Amino acid sequence: MNGLRKPALRVLLLVASLLFWEALVRALRVPAFILPAPSQVWAALYRGAVSGIYLQHLWITLAETLLGFVVGSVVAFVLGTALAMSRRTEYFLYPYIIMFQSMPKVALAPLVVVWFGLGLTSKVVSAALIAFFPLLVNTIVGLRSADEDRVDLMRSLAASELQIFRMLRLPSALPFLMAGLEVAMVFSLVGAIVAEFVGAEAGLGMLIQSRNFSMDVAGEFAVLFILAVLGLLLNAALVSVRKRVLFWDPSHKSVADGPSLKGGL
Amino acid sequence: MARSAELISVRGLRKEYGTARGPVLALDRIDFAVGEGEFVAIVGPSGCGKSTLLKILAGLLPATNGQALLRGVSITGPRRDIGVVFQSPVLFPWRTVLDNVLLPVDVQRLGRDGNVSRAMELLSLVGLHGFEHRYPWELSGGMQQRVAITRGLIHNPAMLLMDEPFGALDAMTREGLNLELQRIWLERRETVVFITHSIAEAVFLADRVLIMTPRPGHIAEEVRVAIPRPRSLDMMGAPEFSEAVRRIRSHFNAKGRLEG
Repeated sequence: MNGLRKPALRVLLLVASLLFWEALVRALRVPAFILPAPSQVWAALYRGAVSGIYLQHLWITLAETLLGFVVGSVVAFVLGTALAMSRRTEYFLYPYIIMFQSMPKVALAPLVVVWFGLGLTSKVVSAALIAFFPLLVNTIVGLRSADEDRVDLMRSLAASELQIFRMLRLPSALPFLMAGLEVAMVFSLVGAIVAEFVGAEAGLGMLIQSRNFSMDVAGEFAVLFILAVLGLLLNAALVSVRKRVLFWDPSHKSVADGPSLKGGL
Repeated sequence: MARSAELISVRGLRKEYGTARGPVLALDRIDFAVGEGEFVAIVGPSGCGKSTLLKILAGLLPATNGQALLRGVSITGPRRDIGVVFQSPVLFPWRTVLDNVLLPVDVQRLGRDGNVSRAMELLSLVGLHGFEHRYPWELSGGMQQRVAITRGLIHNPAMLLMDEPFGALDAMTREGLNLELQRIWLERRETVVFITHSIAEAVFLADRVLIMTPRPGHIAEEVRVAIPRPRSLDMMGAPEFSEAVRRIRSHFNAKGRLEG
């Protein structure tokens, strides 16, 4: 009984709050360019879906996000590995990393657009820059998290450093890497959208901005809704990968209870 | 099995640690030998340097002076022919029981072909038949430690070093595993160096018990245990058992407590 009633209650609450929103906007005659009613948002969503305009822009933003995610993650993993395994690399690079880390990366977006133009490249660079830090920090922490007894065991078997890395350090780092990747995914979407705000020819961020200029707030809400769903789906994809890869991790380290994420935007 | 051949020989071993407050002497003038196929226990209180000694034998730590020889060759680094069992099982949670046992085979590239069936046999020997494809976190602490022992044996090491392998287990499990270890040893006659802080455990398992006193770690005496095998838990009440325990304990009463 209880198990059945709970989801039903959730849906009911959602419907009720949407109805309340609708009623409030109508009763108070709130202008649509301040706060559109849910029915107007729905209409905008429907119009755009039928005309195919959302899909066209969605693909572009998705491509920017995924490419930025991959580029940022690969660079972060390689650099993080170098920093974790070599004290010398860490000594020389760490000051720059700290400096770069404490800077809000979104502030770089205008510069990135000037350097890389209005096309795809600047969005990918911006997304990669923002996605970079969560994974860098987690790679370093993760690779250094290998249990000392396990390292001793590997050493006692006369394992090479490469074997210790491959058979022990890398699997030990996986919970941290997965947590870092989850954050990196969300961050790269942010990076792509911010760069689109600064200057773009297409994409959902560009669409939000152009609708803002034409006071089409209902249309803006529709795009926000699509972005929320996109973020949710991207995260769900990574969570399902994590569950498969980390079946052995008893703590199921997630973004919330996992290692600290000093990434920042 | 001939006991004449000397497998391990430790001569004038000394270990100093450098700390912020100057060097600390962990081990001093350690001399002993272990024969081929012999079961030797080293017993001493916590902090007496037992684990340091074992790490030197495993090639994980360098000695400051003196040397440890395995078949006449100085142990200067990790070797492929030594099996180590630590206090905690130290299993890899992402590997199945079988894959954990095969870790030395993978690391030393011995080839899985023949070794899978060997691993299965060894797992049966320690009573883990049917658990090959389980993961370590599905097993109890005692079962995990048995996996660790199996892993220590898979690559046919010249000697097995055991560092308080049952220290973290409850008394009942511990007694069970002592019996089990005796059974495995009787079947395979491996050379074992077994470190423990339990006098009863040392006497129950070993041919010879080396008594280690702390600060700095030093072998004070050795006690030969002549009780015939297989030894049963009931024998712990026998006069020769009590006599050996009493002799060993007399070394520690002055310097510190030790669990019986």
